[in-house]
Amino acid sequence: MKRHWERFKASYLLYSFKRDRIAILSFTILVILVLLSVLAPMISPYDPYDANNIDILNSEIAPAWMEEGTREFIFGTDVQGRDLLSTMLYGLRLSIIIGCGAVLLQAFLGITVGLSAGYLGGKVDSVLMRIADIQLSFPYLIVAIFVSAIFQVAFGVSRYEELAIPLLIIIIGLAEWPVYARTVRASVLGEKNKEYVEAARVIGLSRKLIVVRHILPNTMTAVLVISTLQVANAIMNEAALSFLGLGMPVTKPSLGSLIRSGFEYIFSGSWWITIFPGLLLIALVLFINLLGDWLRDVLNPKLYKG
Amino acid sequence: MFAFIIRRITQSILVMLVVSFVGFAIKNQIGDPIRDIVGERVSVAEREALRDKLGLNDPFMIQFARYVKKVSHGDLGISFHHAKPNVDVILSKAPATLELVFATTLILIFVSLPVGVYTAIRPNNWFSKFTMAFSTLGVSIPVFLTAIMLIFVFSVELGWMPSYGRGETINVWGWESGLLTADGLKHLIMPSIALSSIMLPLFIRLIRSEMMEILETEYIKFAWAKGLFRKRIWFVHAFKNTLLPVITVFGVQIGILFAFTILTETVFQWQGIGFMFLEAVERSDTSLLVAYLMVVGALFVTVNTIVDIIYGLVNPTIRITGRK
Repeated sequence: MKRHWERFKASYLLYSFKRDRIAILSFTILVILVLLSVLAPMISPYDPYDANNIDILNSEIAPAWMEEGTREFIFGTDVQGRDLLSTMLYGLRLSIIIGCGAVLLQAFLGITVGLSAGYLGGKVDSVLMRIADIQLSFPYLIVAIFVSAIFQVAFGVSRYEELAIPLLIIIIGLAEWPVYARTVRASVLGEKNKEYVEAARVIGLSRKLIVVRHILPNTMTAVLVISTLQVANAIMNEAALSFLGLGMPVTKPSLGSLIRSGFEYIFSGSWWITIFPGLLLIALVLFINLLGDWLRDVLNPKLYKG
Repeated sequence: MFAFIIRRITQSILVMLVVSFVGFAIKNQIGDPIRDIVGERVSVAEREALRDKLGLNDPFMIQFARYVKKVSHGDLGISFHHAKPNVDVILSKAPATLELVFATTLILIFVSLPVGVYTAIRPNNWFSKFTMAFSTLGVSIPVFLTAIMLIFVFSVELGWMPSYGRGETINVWGWESGLLTADGLKHLIMPSIALSSIMLPLFIRLIRSEMMEILETEYIKFAWAKGLFRKRIWFVHAFKNTLLPVITVFGVQIGILFAFTILTETVFQWQGIGFMFLEAVERSDTSLLVAYLMVVGALFVTVNTIVDIIYGLVNPTIRITGRK
């Protein structure tokens, strides 16, 4: 363990991290956002899921610094009278859970497919990659929207809303796995004819062992680079689905469904219900993207393109 | 070249078969067509008779073959809610979406080309740096938030722009157009800006990086050495070759724009195909949903095929090695 730490301390990754102000800034903010979301049940002033806490008379109270605002609710309240700050923290939590869960799922699927296609080659490769190609010819968002719409019609709205978190993870995961499959396959093709793999084959290691222990670790750089950007993508897609009413229900809102519920009230002047969750969402996605861009530049200067 | 085109078209027909298989499976699994036709009160025996008559008891593959035949003749079934053929429903909503996509494409072309080329030629200029920083922010803002913020600032706070709908439309040979009235154009401005906001940063970066790469190549260096005018090198020698990859990406991305229209149309209550799709979800109109899938699927497959064939025409290496 200690050896790994020493190696990390001397690595180029840490060196360039320390010299890049934007990377440090976005990393710090992301850590704060993740901490806020993990600690949401402890730090948020109210529990937005507890119906006893909610008073409809408190609905649409302006933020504390405005004339109509009260001290009790710093960012004001939403349409149902929930404290907006607490609801946003819980929403952030849901967005991060679903985003990361979806990326884990797509990474698992994509890496499995990419490894087998790349290493086995031949028929397996062409069939798997054709499937990926077909799916990639349709944009993720439309696949996700369509699948969630079908799920919602098939399950019925109330049942869908109960199962929303796992369903969204599955939908977004299934919509985006080809990205991983392609990247992993490409790096497997690059690795598989190198000498260390041949050496492993000569020693007589099994195919499975070679793929998992020898080739897989060398594809991890590429996986890491796309993973950060994919988390941002997944969070955006979740927000889009929720905004369309195909995601998290208003009773258990993610940032997207919070924006949806507040949108109608923009016209009556209650802008805060939409704008604050919106800004939080933008900040989350923006800093993940900035960190991802930095990571891509550091780990893979060759890939540097648009 | 001929073999390439044939191969590419066969492939797209296969993809369409897969798409229609998915569509048919959904249709087959969700909802009971007999109940939709006759309601609850008809006896079981009569239902069975009707099932037989409509061929609903036939094997799955036979039913599927029948479905494919119907679809290839342009019959996509009847919408439960609208009680009209799905094709008619979709066609009546299509102009709104097409006009939105058209306006967005114009914005994309006329903004991203000059800006992309400029940032490539002058990478250290303050405007270029500002654009690059801004483009990261741009891709991080979801389309629907851009749309909401536009409405908030320009419709609610300033009151300059209409916030929803298409405004006044004129019927031109059966095409409900908003492009020909001042009111319609005014309604089009914010939705198309919102829709282009997600693609614009992407295109600017793409054009910039392609152009920069080409400016580094040998033949450009040779052109400098020959002493050609700067403008000639930039706009004749470099720009032409920048366009090649850009056109392909452009084609595919225009297809993706159709997906994002669902979000924009929801925010602006724009009566297009995307808006219709969400209404169909709310009404559990499976028939219309599947029809939407078929139409959008066909659209994507056609666009992709055409783009690939054009690319094959321009770039011979693609034809020989197969797909990129």
